[in-house]
Amino acid sequence: MDELLTILIARINYWVYIILMMIGMYGIIVKKNLMKKIIGMSILQTAVILFYVSIGAKKNATIPIIEHGHDTGHATAVQAAHFINPLPHVLMLTAIVVAVATLGVALALAIKIYKQYNTLEEDELIEILKE
Amino acid sequence: MIWQIELIILMIVIVLAIGALAVKDLLSAAVLFGAYSFMMCLLWAIMGAVDVAFTEASVGAGVSTVLFVAAVFRTSRRTKD
Repeated sequence: MDELLTILIARINYWVYIILMMIGMYGIIVKKNLMKKIIGMSILQTAVILFYVSIGAKKNATIPIIEHGHDTGHATAVQAAHFINPLPHVLMLTAIVVAVATLGVALALAIKIYKQYNTLEEDELIEILKE
Repeated sequence: MIWQIELIILMIVIVLAIGALAVKDLLSAAVLFGAYSFMMCLLWAIMGAVDVAFTEASVGAGVSTVLFVAAVFRTSRRTKD
C-alpha cells in the first residue's frame, strides 16, 4: 500500500495527463455542441503537451542555460544531470502553434456551419441534413 | 520543482477542465478554458519549461481565448449540454 502511494505521488503528472486526456476525449465524443467539442479537442492537445514536458522534467535540475557560458573563452564541462532536457520543450513549442492554428480553422468552420444552418448542435444538424 | 504547488495546480487544472466542459453558457466555457490555459502555463513554468510557458501564455491562453470569445459572439451563446 505504501509503495503504491509512493508510485502515485512520484508519477502524479502522468496520472493527471491520463485524466485530462480522458476528459478531452469525453468532450469530443459525448458533447453535442460543436463549441464544446472544440474545447475538448484543445484540452486533449494540452494533455499531450503536459505528458511531453513531464518527460523532460528532472528533480534538482535547473533550466537549460549555461551561466556565463559565452564569455569565458574556454569550454566548460557540463553535467547533464544538472539541467532539464530541453528537447521535448522544443517539440512542444511547435505543438502549441499547431494547436492554435487547428483551433482557428475549427472555429472558422463552426461559424460557417452556424451561418448556413443556424444551429451548432450536432443532433439538430443531422436532422437538417437528413431532410 | 516544488511539489506542493505542483499538486495544487494539477488539481485546479482538472477542476477547470471539467468546468469548461460542464457549464451551459458558452462564454463562461471560453473564459474557463482561458483560465485552464493559464494554469497549464504556470505548471510548465514550475517544471522548468519557461519557453513553453510563455508561448502558452501568449498563444495558448491569449489568442485562443480571444478566438473563442469572438466565435461565441458571432454564433449563439446557448448550448443544450
